[in-house]
Amino acid sequence: MKHTLSVLVENKPGVLTRIAALFARRGFNIDSLAVGETEDPSLSRMTIAVDAQDSPLEQVTKQLHKLINVIKITDLDPATSVERELVLMKVKAGSETRAEIMQIVEVFRGKIVDVSPGAFVVEVTGNREKIDAMLKLVRPFGLLELVRTGRIAMGRGSAKL
Amino acid sequence: MNAARALLEALKREGVDTVFGFPGGTIIPIYDALYDFDIDNILVRHEQGAAHAADGYARASGKVGVCIATSGPGATNLVTGIANAYLDSVPMVAITGQVRSGLIGTDAFQEADISGITLPIVKHSYLVQRAEDLPAIIHEAFYIASTGRPGPVLVDIPSDLQLAEIDYDADRAQKLDLPGYKPTVKGHPKQIRTAALALAEAERPVIFAGGGVITANASEELRELALYAHIPVTTSLTGIGSFPEDHDLSLGMLGMHGTQYANYAITNCDLIFGIGVRFDDRVTGRLETFAPGATIVHVDIDPAEISKNVAVDIPIVGDAKRVLAGLLTEIKKHSPSPDRHLPWMEQVAAWKRAHPMTVRQDESEELLPEYVVQKIWEVTKGEAIICTEVGQNQMWAAQYYLVKHPRRFITSGGLGTMGFGFPAAIGAKLARPDLTVIDIAGDGSFQMTLQEMATAVNYGLNVKVCILNNQYLGMVRQWQELFWDKRYSATCMVCQPDFVKLAEAYGAEGYRATRPDEVEEVLRVALSSDAPAIIDFRVKREANVYPMVPAGGSIDQMLVGEDL
Repeated sequence: MKHTLSVLVENKPGVLTRIAALFARRGFNIDSLAVGETEDPSLSRMTIAVDAQDSPLEQVTKQLHKLINVIKITDLDPATSVERELVLMKVKAGSETRAEIMQIVEVFRGKIVDVSPGAFVVEVTGNREKIDAMLKLVRPFGLLELVRTGRIAMGRGSAKL
Repeated sequence: MNAARALLEALKREGVDTVFGFPGGTIIPIYDALYDFDIDNILVRHEQGAAHAADGYARASGKVGVCIATSGPGATNLVTGIANAYLDSVPMVAITGQVRSGLIGTDAFQEADISGITLPIVKHSYLVQRAEDLPAIIHEAFYIASTGRPGPVLVDIPSDLQLAEIDYDADRAQKLDLPGYKPTVKGHPKQIRTAALALAEAERPVIFAGGGVITANASEELRELALYAHIPVTTSLTGIGSFPEDHDLSLGMLGMHGTQYANYAITNCDLIFGIGVRFDDRVTGRLETFAPGATIVHVDIDPAEISKNVAVDIPIVGDAKRVLAGLLTEIKKHSPSPDRHLPWMEQVAAWKRAHPMTVRQDESEELLPEYVVQKIWEVTKGEAIICTEVGQNQMWAAQYYLVKHPRRFITSGGLGTMGFGFPAAIGAKLARPDLTVIDIAGDGSFQMTLQEMATAVNYGLNVKVCILNNQYLGMVRQWQELFWDKRYSATCMVCQPDFVKLAEAYGAEGYRATRPDEVEEVLRVALSSDAPAIIDFRVKREANVYPMVPAGGSIDQMLVGEDL
């Protein structure tokens, strides 16, 4: 079961280590983790994507709550939240494939941010499904390098987490 | 004022008068400030001793224990003691020196990443980065260590920061800024009402009390509840002393080496009222057969303990003392009749009569370890602080020393640290100089931290080490006997020091008893002296601890040996 946890923490050294260590100790593999300052610079928000059964995840969540630097944890429901990921991909692009790749990038509302004789660097933003779909189309051309920011997510509506 | 001095001022404000420590290069500034400061440093002989002594001090007094070590090996020597305090939820602040800021991360001399090493075994930790933060960090550390579910907090301080001059504003330093730390102490009123009704209506209730009751100073409330609602009480190992074990309603300890009647009662009850416990595997045995018909009420201050091991029907998150007080008020509204569960109480009494914990010492036979424990109990009238090591000695102490008061049974429950008892006894004696303090030890465990005898002699701390000497690592040997075809691999320790001479070499007193008729006399003589002492009880070598639930078995399926 895929979960997206939004974790509000104090912006202090060592917090990331403490959180990552808790997941590791319980044998969870974190699919992705994105962290950055919030609207309040003394706080950071982490978006942690993890594949776990509900009951062990509940135990980890309780353990996370016990960390002194953790302020709030929300398990975001995909139905009521938006999620995005930014991906950079380096795609092999020769003279005969360039046009086709550009078309795909267009369809996915991506951007070509670097062009060189043999390759494009493409930037694309979206949810998991969109990114996966685009990757599937681009792979046959030769995917040289892939970098992902990891998921970030936010609840819909005016409520503040 | 330099930060080292400000640290001591902050300690003083937290009520600290005694710390346990061992100096070294990177902690010299703090020791220099201690030189003419009004806090006593107990100079241990190994940093592990400092951590365990601080632990024993904390458990005996209810205050926060403080230990101090230098960077590198000094800090790593604290690790076992920190883990021990973490597993048993003991309030402790461990202060370590660190190499100076500019050298961190360079593998400098005596550098160890102690905050990294201790990450999974601390409640919280600090690597101090700005000297002016130090006093506030100390106050935060004490607050975190002692509130909620207590635990150890590490404060790692680079040596240059200890020396830095800071503006110390004592009042500002005490203003806490902990937005992510708000322990729930007040139990949910609706849950308390539900639990009170369940308790009043239960036909076969049992109270299962743990260390949390002692931590919360809730023994009086527990006693009141048990007596008012007339419910038998069993305790975990660390819960020993939360309810007077000489009381009719006491079932003693449950679990792997618990009494038969406690294990039968838990297995057959219709309601467990668990408070300040964590349903540890040594208590529950096989989870599938643990209390199969029982409604489980679980009171704990740590929400992560609820339904961790057993599924809980009525959870209450809160402080044991406050929850018990609320529960008493609620249950009185139902005024449960004392004979509502008469058949159950008769059944429990019948189990007690049928399977008593009796010592069968034949005066002409070899000395039995449980006989020694029973004699210690008689001679001290059950009023001493008992510290234990780990293994058979610990279980015999738990079974046969009937503890009457909280904070008088100090044992390494969660981590099971051999070598804990003796330094813990030193800490306990400093916390309670008015009480007799005894370490019930094994010959194996005692040899792990016996160097602290120099500390006891140094400070004139009257601690008696009673070694139940079987020249074996007895508990492992017992397992090998019962489950490993008597292949006594690495458990026979015949080569050992002459403990009487050892005591004398340290300037303490040494005694020995080998026959049952010598035990009481030796104890009386030893206890009449003010000096620390070792008493070497030469006990039956292959004595076993019974009852015993084999690992992973159901707790009502006990091995009872020949004599029970």
